Amino acid sequence: MALHFTNEDNAILAGEKGMGAKMALRIVAETARLMGAPRLLPIASAHIDGALYHGDSGTLFAEKLVEGEAKVAVRSTLNVGALDLMGCSKQRLPPHERDMAKRMMRAYEKMGCEPSWTCSPYQAGHRPALGSDVAWGESNAVVFCNSVLGARTNRYGDFLDIACAIAGRAPDYGLHRTENRRARFVIDVSGLSETLRRSDIFYPVLGTWFGLEMTNDIGVVDGLQGFPNEDNLKAFGAASASSGGVGLFHIAGVTPEAPTVEAALQGQKPERVIRVTIDMVLGALKRLSNAASEAIDAIAIGSPHLSLEEMHALLTLLNDRKVSRPFFACTGRHVLRAIESDGTRAKLEALGITIVADTCVVVTPMLPEGGSVLMTNSGKFAHYATGNTGYAVQYGSLKDCVESAVKGHVVRDGGLWQ
Amino acid sequence: MKAHVLIAGEAQGEVLALTHPISFWGGVNPRTGDIIDARHPERGQNIAGKILALPAMIGSSSAAAVMLELIHAGKAPKALIMPDPDAILLLGVIVAHEMEWPTCPAFALDKDTQRSLHGKTIRIERDGEIKL
Repeated sequence: MALHFTNEDNAILAGEKGMGAKMALRIVAETARLMGAPRLLPIASAHIDGALYHGDSGTLFAEKLVEGEAKVAVRSTLNVGALDLMGCSKQRLPPHERDMAKRMMRAYEKMGCEPSWTCSPYQAGHRPALGSDVAWGESNAVVFCNSVLGARTNRYGDFLDIACAIAGRAPDYGLHRTENRRARFVIDVSGLSETLRRSDIFYPVLGTWFGLEMTNDIGVVDGLQGFPNEDNLKAFGAASASSGGVGLFHIAGVTPEAPTVEAALQGQKPERVIRVTIDMVLGALKRLSNAASEAIDAIAIGSPHLSLEEMHALLTLLNDRKVSRPFFACTGRHVLRAIESDGTRAKLEALGITIVADTCVVVTPMLPEGGSVLMTNSGKFAHYATGNTGYAVQYGSLKDCVESAVKGHVVRDGGLWQ
Repeated sequence: MKAHVLIAGEAQGEVLALTHPISFWGGVNPRTGDIIDARHPERGQNIAGKILALPAMIGSSSAAAVMLELIHAGKAPKALIMPDPDAILLLGVIVAHEMEWPTCPAFALDKDTQRSLHGKTIRIERDGEIKL
């Protein structure tokens, strides 16, 4: 099927808007061809994951766009970079990498992207409307945007995100289309205890199980009506998009496209109904830890970036006790400003917490050298820490992380999982 | 045997068919091509110069960046085989083309057929024809 180009597209492809715009539209069009999209859709916004340094190639690409005078056509927020430009924390990037990472971050800013530098843009005021088409990158932001906001995006990878932002267009396929947003599986969690369903730690663990079970499929979870808050949904989605490739989930009575299970199924029969047992959840929980040692070398929270509420919860749980191990709390500038003005930052730092802004501990070298065990409450950190940092993982709730950080070894409240 | 052509080109080499889905970001070292995902069954193997068959793609949307970096570092697979086109991973190849760097072709093939080719040296023609 040939892709339909408008007159404006043809002008851009002829280079009339500059070489950067031409390159961006060619990338969007080539992706459309590959994915069998019949046309390009106008988009309302973009969230750009491409400004994280993975090597020189990404910097060279961004600078080629800047050189070609490319500018974003829609509101575009930036995901994390490899450097804490706010200076709260230190990264151990060698001089060449530091220089290239900074050049990359600046190149994206030059194209008109907002320097939000967060993987929780949806908590930093970037909340596209229900049903609107957008082009978002960063797997947790994508799944939140689709599932919780009900805006429509595919899982835009690096490069396509900025290409769509410059073109103001995205290929019309996948999750942009209503019929492809239908749940095919029903996940019934009503058999699990209310205490568990009310706990924060349940959500990243269930998300991990969900990602492993669904891979890329769409499921509707039943039995959580009235339970999860927005941070729980954030943790669920991030975990499901790490252990699996989930781009959209529905939770009946909670997420906007699932007022009921039937609505999420779009009136069709589910292919399978899975009744989640405590053993399934415990299997996912067990998988999140891979460290043999009960001694811990560092603690990291904030993947996705912590909200203001989560920062306040950390301070409350610390209860004026100092941590005995390096403790990293990753967040975005939107929260940094708030915790500076309400005094939380100073209190946390006095208790030994390192605030990390603009970046996080698994995307850039900053965990202590020579350490081997990281404790976290994040399903996403648990998934990526070992591959990216060499640290093995001890997984626990935020409360477990705080108690363990004070004591210097793993302390867990196992009571929840009965 | 014929594969559906996703990104045109030809390749010859040994097939490394992964037994489990992988996230390139956090799963593959972009400078060496080593599989580094601690939980992946093929951890420790290297994808550079292989015809890499992927049963499914999971995880981070930074896979394209890792793919582009592998190409730039000369550590890319000779070809990619996947069950369906994956817009994230293949973007790395599309952008490499825009950067005028040497790219690798990509083909679609179901995962059972992928498994049957594991460890074999094959040649894939421009039209997707596979010869053992």
